Amino acid sequence: MWAFIHKLGSPKWFYGISARLMPWFWAAATLLILAGTIWGLAFAPADYQQGNSFRIIYVHVPAAFLAQSIFVGMASAGLVFMVWKIKVADMAAAVMAPLGAAMTFVALFSGGVWGIPTWGTWWIWDARLTSMLILLFLYVGVIALRGAFASRDSGSRAASVLAMVGVINIPIIKYSVDWWYTLHQPASFTITSRPTMPLEMWAPLLMMVLGFYCFFIALTLMRTRNEILRRESGKRWVQALAEESV
Amino acid sequence: MAFESLSDFLAMGGHAPYVWTAWGLTAALLVGSVLHARAERRQLLRELKRRARRERQAPRNTDIEEGA
Repeated sequence: MWAFIHKLGSPKWFYGISARLMPWFWAAATLLILAGTIWGLAFAPADYQQGNSFRIIYVHVPAAFLAQSIFVGMASAGLVFMVWKIKVADMAAAVMAPLGAAMTFVALFSGGVWGIPTWGTWWIWDARLTSMLILLFLYVGVIALRGAFASRDSGSRAASVLAMVGVINIPIIKYSVDWWYTLHQPASFTITSRPTMPLEMWAPLLMMVLGFYCFFIALTLMRTRNEILRRESGKRWVQALAEESV
Repeated sequence: MAFESLSDFLAMGGHAPYVWTAWGLTAALLVGSVLHARAERRQLLRELKRRARRERQAPRNTDIEEGA
């Protein structure tokens, strides 16, 4: 177990294994997102109350899932970095933050755009919306904090600590729709119960959610590899690699 | 198929501005992040190569990095 953790933590080993894994995640992401898009946009039936504006769900829900999962992933990577001093974990945490912030923005933006025809407003200080806005600020804070130190190690530690503390916001987002029932509807999609939507509506949603997760994994592998090239540029194996590449 | 024609599809039953803005932003950010990651990789490899060339021309006098 310990040997495995340290092997996983070796940039060189990670660089090799991620090269083999990445194509599968890219392929799965592309297929799932393309199929989910075609099905969701053109074939799923219009909602009987919301009409076609409900098709925003196919980008809104996957983005909101990712926004929260990426934060948990980033905080976990931060914990691994702080406890075991594994550099790759910190590199992964660093590259997750911008995508997480982008997904939070997509969730907020698509929700606002969806709210105009549905709720008659693009924003209210509802608990779900507010806690998602806080998530966006947390991401921005983590990114800014990482860059705010002269030494990279201090920035990494500060960003890890903020991510670990900020993760408390995640259960708040999750339960906000049950604790303060205001405007945002409760979850329409849970692992434990049967979907309340017909199959033609939830199947494309499931594809989009899985596709977004594969996209996140593929992009994180790719950018962690970039980060390895950046931070380990003095190592012999990285230099050898640059010389043989085109 | 939930729509009669292409123009019907594009109109989204009157909800075109909402549906296409939300989808457009999402698509732009996803595609943009892939393009950014690719450009980042190319640039890093270019830099590494430039550095390797420089070091071949002028034999290194600092071996600090070697110890790591």
